[in-house]
Amino acid sequence: MLLKMFFTFAKIGAFTLGGGYAMIPIMEKEIVDKNQWLSREEFLDILAVAQSTPGLFAINMASHIGIKTAGIVGGIVGSMGVALPSIIVILLIAMFFRTFKDNPYVEKVFMGIRPAVVALILAPCFSMARSAKLSLSNLWIPIVACLLITVWGVSPIWIILATGIAGFVWGKVRKS
Amino acid sequence: MIFLKLFIVFSKIGIFNFGGGYAMLSLIHNEVVEKNGWLTASEFTDIVAISQTTPGPIGINCATYTGYTAVLNDGYPEWMAVLGAILASMSVLWLPFLLMLTISKIMLKYSKSRTMESIFSFLRPAIIGLIAAAAILLMSAENFGSPSDSTFQFIVSIILFLFAFFGTRIYKVHPILMILLCGLAGLLIY
Repeated sequence: MLLKMFFTFAKIGAFTLGGGYAMIPIMEKEIVDKNQWLSREEFLDILAVAQSTPGLFAINMASHIGIKTAGIVGGIVGSMGVALPSIIVILLIAMFFRTFKDNPYVEKVFMGIRPAVVALILAPCFSMARSAKLSLSNLWIPIVACLLITVWGVSPIWIILATGIAGFVWGKVRKS
Repeated sequence: MIFLKLFIVFSKIGIFNFGGGYAMLSLIHNEVVEKNGWLTASEFTDIVAISQTTPGPIGINCATYTGYTAVLNDGYPEWMAVLGAILASMSVLWLPFLLMLTISKIMLKYSKSRTMESIFSFLRPAIIGLIAAAAILLMSAENFGSPSDSTFQFIVSIILFLFAFFGTRIYKVHPILMILLCGLAGLLIY
């Protein structure tokens, strides 16, 4: 069971490129349909929890599913399964990349890639605007957050704490 | 003590990460590039590119690479660098894991509650700001070339940036394909 869990999560970790949310359909297939460790409803509940607790989404999913089906050990086995393939791959790349980094051809390739990566980081801001229900009334939040970080060098940690607390207080105020 | 520092920094990165890999980037950039100088801005961008094209969560990928590089740059031998990589990766995981272990039952009850909804109605827009900040901070001369000293690279970079942005947003080109295309373009143009 644990061994099977490890390999199932390792498979999920090894075959999802780009991480995070790309894993959801594969996880659902492996955990709900194939192995029946959880019902679909339980899976969706865990999905909601994993999205609202801090940490890496994929690891949260794996640890939570592991804990639910096989206790603490299951949780550790599940998260290690997801994490291990990427740790190994990146370690190998780190070792080789240090020697190849100064190769003129590699440098040329990365000179082309760098601006594209910046675009790829910027792009989800626009697609996320819908799910975050961004409108004229709350557009100031991302703008202020962005300015604080880029212009005044504020750590993103403070912004997460401040907006979390502000949201909590706002909820209480609205209720009463 | 580099190992202790790695542990503290990546524990922080792990526990303050809400809203997926990209949301983490401004946090990682702040700690790893600006505060501790473990990586340069262009090295950081390269790792994001590598993360995009290799399996696994971006957070783990960044932690592994940074742990390895930071320890090696500190003058330790290679096997110590491997330990640093593993330490940094585990540091990202352990606090959220403990949290999952202890409060998952409570969260199961409250994840759809009004209070959580209210918190996330503020957090989600802020996370968009965080991601935008990461992108803006990376629009540097290190990644784009400078308009005065390397005008040609700067112009090519702007074109590739627009190509990648609209290609993935409007024409739904897969990010990995986009990275490969722009890498090929770089090889041919420069």
